[in-house]
Amino acid sequence: MKTYLHIDWTSCDGRGLCSELLPAVLDRDDWGYPVARGKVGRDRTDVPLRDADRDAAQEAVFLCPRLALSLVERAAPEAGQRTPGRTPGR
Amino acid sequence: MNQSRSGYPVNQDSIRQEPRLLAAGPDAGWARHLDTFGQWEPQAAGPGLLEVLAESGLTGRGGAAFETWRKATATAGTGRKGLFAARPVVIANGAEGEPLSFKDRTLLAHAPHLVIDGLTALAAALGQTGGRTSSQAGAGGTSMYVYAPAASLARVKQALGERPGGRKIRVVQAPETFISGESSAVVNMIENGTALPTDQRRRLSESGLNGRPTLVVNVETLAQVALIARYGAQWFRQAGTATDPGTRLVSVSGPAPTRDVVLEVPGGVQLSAVLKEAGMDPGSLSAVLVGGYHGRWVRPADHALTPAGAPGRAVRPGAGVIHALDLQTCGIQETARILNYLAGQSARQCGPCMFGLPAMASVLNRIAGGETNPRLGSELDRLGRLVSGRGACRHPEGTTGMVSSALDVFAADFRAHLSGYCTGPGGVAA
Ligand code: SF4
Ligand code: SF4
Repeated sequence: MKTYLHIDWTSCDGRGLCSELLPAVLDRDDWGYPVARGKVGRDRTDVPLRDADRDAAQEAVFLCPRLALSLVERAAPEAGQRTPGRTPGR
Repeated sequence: MNQSRSGYPVNQDSIRQEPRLLAAGPDAGWARHLDTFGQWEPQAAGPGLLEVLAESGLTGRGGAAFETWRKATATAGTGRKGLFAARPVVIANGAEGEPLSFKDRTLLAHAPHLVIDGLTALAAALGQTGGRTSSQAGAGGTSMYVYAPAASLARVKQALGERPGGRKIRVVQAPETFISGESSAVVNMIENGTALPTDQRRRLSESGLNGRPTLVVNVETLAQVALIARYGAQWFRQAGTATDPGTRLVSVSGPAPTRDVVLEVPGGVQLSAVLKEAGMDPGSLSAVLVGGYHGRWVRPADHALTPAGAPGRAVRPGAGVIHALDLQTCGIQETARILNYLAGQSARQCGPCMFGLPAMASVLNRIAGGETNPRLGSELDRLGRLVSGRGACRHPEGTTGMVSSALDVFAADFRAHLSGYCTGPGGVAA
C-alpha cells in the first residue's frame, strides 16, 4: 500500500495554505493553486507521498479550509487503470 | 487482403470492410434488426459474456480504449463484496460533446437496437456475476440507462417502445457541452441534473450512481458487445489486427469533396487509406487531427489508426474523430480556434483548468495573430506543462496534448510566425 495526497480540484480555492505546510511536496502555480513538485500527469492530482511527508500532509488535510485534501491508501495503480473515463489522456 | 497464418488480415492498407454495425441499413426498426442479426435474447447472453469479451479483445470506442471486459469486471467485482450487494448500474453513453464527432449519433439513428441489445446483455452479465436473480428489475437486477443528446433521444425512445422489455430502460437527456460525456459527468447528470465531472476519489466502479457500482459504456462499444455476444470472439477478430481486433466507426470530416462521413474501418487501418476512402487525396492535405479536440495533429501519411503502437507510426483513434486540413488552412489558427473553444468548455470548477486553459488560449491567439515575441512559444509550452494532470477530469491534459502535437506538426509555421514572417494562407507547412 502506498499513501497519496488527493487534491479535489473542484473544492480547492487556491489560497495556498497547503503549499506553506508542505513546501517539500507542493509548490504554487501562477494562480495560487498547489502543484506537486517533480510530478507529472495524474500524479499531480493523487500525489504519491514519502513516509517523511505523511505527518505534514495529515496536518494539511485537517487545516485545508475547503476540505479539498484527503489521504488515500491504496495499492499503486496499474498504468491507465486509475480512471477509465471517456476523455483520452495522451 | 493478405492473411497471416493466424487468419488475421496483415495488410491494413485496404479499408474494404463489410458493414457490421450498420448492416441492417438506414433507420432499422425492430423487425429489420431481427431479420438482419437473427432472433436473440440479450438477457440470456449474460452468463459467460465477460469471458467472451476478454477473448475478443474489444476496447472502449468512446475515447480511452480501455479493455471492455476489465472495466466490466471491476464493476461486477465490487457489487459482490458487501453483505447486501449493491445492484450495479450500466449506462449507455451516447453523449458526443465533441463537435467533430457524429458516429455515435449516426449509430443511434440507424442501429439503436444493437446498442440496446449490448446494454441488456452487459447488464445481465453484471447481474449474473453478482448472484442476483432476474426477478429483480432490469437484467439480473442491474439498472439500465441510455444517456444521449436530445437529437438522438426520440429515436432511442421509439426503439425502446418497439421491443419487449424496453421500458425497463430509462433515458436521460445529455446537454450539448464538450464535457457532458465524461463518465463522472454522466453519473452526476443522472443523479443531480448537472453534467459536470465530479472529484474521482472513489471510482465509479465502486461507488457511482447513488453509491452503486456503475459502468458507463460508449454506445458503439455496446453495439460491438451485442455482435460479439451473438457471433463470438473469433468472428470479431476476423477484422482488424491481433492487437487491435474488430472494427471501429470513425467520423471523418475535411475539405471538399468530403462532407461529414461515418466509416466503419478495421482496427490498425492506415490513416491514409481512411482519408482516401472518404474521398480525400492525402497529398492535398497539410495535417489531420486524429482523436478529436483531445487528440493529436499528425501528417496525413504513415500512421496506423490504433490505440496502441509506436508513436510516429501509430495514432490513437480516441473517440474515432478524423478531421483533415487542406493546404490553404493555417494549422496554428485552426489550433487556436479549437483551444479557444476548449478553454470556454472548462467546467470552471478546477482552478488550473479554469485559469490555465484561457491563459494558454490567449498566448496562442497572440501567436496566431502575428505577434513576433519569440518567448510566446516557450510560454505556451510552460503553461501546458503547468495545467496538465491537474483537474477533476482529463480536460486539461487532453487539451494540452492536442496543443503540443500542434507545436510539433506545425513547428515550421510557429517559427515563422514568431520571427515575423507572415506565411500567409496555409503557412509554410503548405
Ligand atoms: S489549502 Fe486546500 S483550498 Fe487551500 S490551496 Fe491547498 S488544497 Fe486548495
Ligand atoms: S478539469 Fe476542467 S473541465 Fe474537468 S472538471 Fe475541472 S474545470 Fe471542469
